[in-house]
Amino acid sequence: MNTNLFRRRNILSLFIIVFLYIAVQLMSNLGIIDSYIMLNLIIIGINIILAVSLNLITGFTGQFSLGHAAFMSIGAYASAIATTKLEQPFIVGILMAAVSAAVAGVIIGIPTLRLKGDYLAIATLGFGEIVRIIGLNVDYVGGATGLNDIPQYTNWTWIYFMVIATVLIIKNFINSYHGRACIAIKEDEIAAEAMGVNTTYYKVLAFTIGALFAGIAGALYANYFYFIKPDSFGFMKSIDILVIVVFGGMGSILGSIAGAVVLSIISAFLQSIPELRMVVYAVILFLIMVYRPNGLLGKFDLKDLKLFRKGGKVNAGIKGE
Amino acid sequence: MKELLQQVINGLSLGSIYALIALGYTMVYGIINLINFAHGDIYMVGAYVGFAVTTSLHLGFFPSLVISMVVCSILGVIIEKVAYKPIRGSSRIAALITAISVSLFLEYGMMYFVKAETRTFPNVLGKNSLKLLDGSVVIDYKNIYIVAITIILMVALQYIIRRTKAGKAMRAVSLDREAAQLMGVNVDRTISYTFAIGSALAGAAGVLVGVYYTTINPLMGIVPGLKAFIAAVIGGIGVIPGAVFGGLFLGMIETMVSAYGGSLYKDAVAFAILILVLLLRPSGLLGRNIKEKV
Repeated sequence: MNTNLFRRRNILSLFIIVFLYIAVQLMSNLGIIDSYIMLNLIIIGINIILAVSLNLITGFTGQFSLGHAAFMSIGAYASAIATTKLEQPFIVGILMAAVSAAVAGVIIGIPTLRLKGDYLAIATLGFGEIVRIIGLNVDYVGGATGLNDIPQYTNWTWIYFMVIATVLIIKNFINSYHGRACIAIKEDEIAAEAMGVNTTYYKVLAFTIGALFAGIAGALYANYFYFIKPDSFGFMKSIDILVIVVFGGMGSILGSIAGAVVLSIISAFLQSIPELRMVVYAVILFLIMVYRPNGLLGKFDLKDLKLFRKGGKVNAGIKGE
Repeated sequence: MKELLQQVINGLSLGSIYALIALGYTMVYGIINLINFAHGDIYMVGAYVGFAVTTSLHLGFFPSLVISMVVCSILGVIIEKVAYKPIRGSSRIAALITAISVSLFLEYGMMYFVKAETRTFPNVLGKNSLKLLDGSVVIDYKNIYIVAITIILMVALQYIIRRTKAGKAMRAVSLDREAAQLMGVNVDRTISYTFAIGSALAGAAGVLVGVYYTTINPLMGIVPGLKAFIAAVIGGIGVIPGAVFGGLFLGMIETMVSAYGGSLYKDAVAFAILILVLLLRPSGLLGRNIKEKV
């Protein structure tokens, strides 16, 4: 059905993706985008990957995780070890980051995902803290002082295509058979189980995919900022990621992207008032939760964009509410 | 043996402090199902109030304890009215993030006013200590004060919850809010009472910590807040004796781990116990297991 329309839509998307990449790359080469703006673009990109991957776990599958930064730190350390100590190219670092974070996701996911709601949140928080404390005490990775002299490989090209890959893979996962099973678990776990969905399998699967992309984000982070330490990936980092997801809208990929962009810009502006930065941030957070508890975009998502549709008919039925 | 006895005394003091903070967590969770992340920061405010009262007004230990408890209970009620009441109907995740925003607000608001530096709490209890077994086991008077005050406050709490009308209302609301409302319980007021009592206990814990460890800073509430929360979960969140048990248990374990060579990993041990308890007995060691019905 509508193969023609979809093809045109895909071509348009591809065109926009390539255009955006070339535009920023050109502006960067011409010096219109200076290193400060580039830094913020990189931060936005990392935040998008983190938020979209957490959204798969929390927003789509309904599993409340407060330990996402732990996977980011595992990825960051894996990539840092690969590129610094083993002197491998960046792609090996990214692959190692992705694999080790995904393995950690399976190991942490299988026991904890039996828990629900607040208890799961606390257990993931506990795992996140344990990962951080282990990092603080292992001398091979520098302990509390962290790892230095990580080569800077991350640039606009890497960030941009990693963001695109993350969004596309997670979006297609959500729209697949497996993704619908995940959404069913969020809506009603008991009903999903009664309908024959293997809930444990899909919860662990979503958790692992989320962890994998968080690991990639960690690798990009480590190879941009030269330096990582365990305390950068503490409880507050997990909260920051969760805030982006909730701010953008749970279960909305477009929301996570918008949330990452808006919150990164807000926090870049707040850098100019260092003493009151966190106070203002807290107030903004509070106001969002009171006035828009469903986030910026709520349930509005990529496929609701009428941009590419003839006549702008929104497909009813899928969105029940 | 003597070493062990000394560590038991230290563990008991630390555990008492955890228990006092954990009580507030458990009471709030029991009544509105909210993990009140700002609770650790109320305890920090309590420590600062005690510091201000003892250094600038030159009052003794007991007046500062009482003033700090009163200020914290007022703060708790204000937080409940301003921040938690508007989001009572929204999703749990929104409530959790609101709690975190309140926590950040208190931490960094306090930091703005008192600056980030660590301050030294005046020694209001003197340096006397009891020596047992030919001086090999030293019990500081501070330890005795902490344990004694904790016991007194817990007896008082138990009395309030079991014997007074407000306590009965709290138990009713935590059991079933709608039914309690239909029976004529003023739910809003009961929730405010809960916050007031829980925050007062946190304020007391703040002053006790100031006296015991002698240093305070605006971010001191984060780690003990998390630990007390672990204690509440270990005991069974929402269960009041569970919070006391969990606090003492965690304090004891942590002291033992530090004493016998694992001080770098003591926080990791706390979290590992938390995860084990959650996996083996999710409703806590003293909690009742409720079967989920479809």
